[in-house]
Amino acid sequence: AVVSTQSTGAHGDDKGKLVAIVDVIDQNRALVDGPCSGVGRKDINFKALHLTPFTIPIAHSARSGAVRKAWEKAEVTKKWSESTWAKKLASREKRSQLSDFDRFKLMKAKQARNRIINIEFGKLRNAARKAKK
Amino acid sequence: AKSRFWYFLSQLRKLKKATGEIVSVSRVYEKRPLAIKNFGIWLRYNSRSGTHNMYREYRDLTAGKAVTACYRDMGARHRARAHSIHIIKVEEIAASKCRRPNTLQFHNSKIKFPLTHRTNHKLHAPRITTSRP
Repeated sequence: AVVSTQSTGAHGDDKGKLVAIVDVIDQNRALVDGPCSGVGRKDINFKALHLTPFTIPIAHSARSGAVRKAWEKAEVTKKWSESTWAKKLASREKRSQLSDFDRFKLMKAKQARNRIINIEFGKLRNAARKAKK
Repeated sequence: AKSRFWYFLSQLRKLKKATGEIVSVSRVYEKRPLAIKNFGIWLRYNSRSGTHNMYREYRDLTAGKAVTACYRDMGARHRARAHSIHIIKVEEIAASKCRRPNTLQFHNSKIKFPLTHRTNHKLHAPRITTSRP
């Protein structure tokens, strides 16, 4: 009933997808299903899963249809994409896809932002100096 | 598979490859490969000082995977090589009829356990990179 992301290098094509843990097989493996994220029902090692704080109320070993209904009712995909964790993953992904021109644009944007910050910082520092004297 | 068939058959009946005929060899697929089952496996194996019968239980999705787990387990726990193991019977056991505490502990609809000591094994670290590991 817990939702978790898959994160392995081995199962490359399912990497980073959201699945729900439907049941526990034994110490090391869970039965997992991701009807709303395109992952078929399968067994997977706990080591390949990262648990998220989202849960959906399903009975253990519930079938894919029931999992899908509970998933959509709880709006898990929406809540996930709004979470900081997902946003960080997305920005990391974006950063790795940048072209050289994008990196140039990023540098220019950072410079512009830092100028604004430093100007304000300078003002505060001068004010503090004046106040000390 | 065929020669293994003759090996076991000639142990059980007065038949050998020359006197018998294999009519068909076909793969038996698991009926419900996405349902978790408890498998009881009866085996007979040669240890260093004699041959013994055993009954072991495994929790898995398919009989094939349970048998593979059994072979690995026997190798690990008893140093029994595959050639000295005879699997006599594999049967799906109802939860109430399971005997081993290791399988029984998973018969809990509200099961919970912590995932302790989670390490990153870096299994797929690339051989050549631009960043220091």
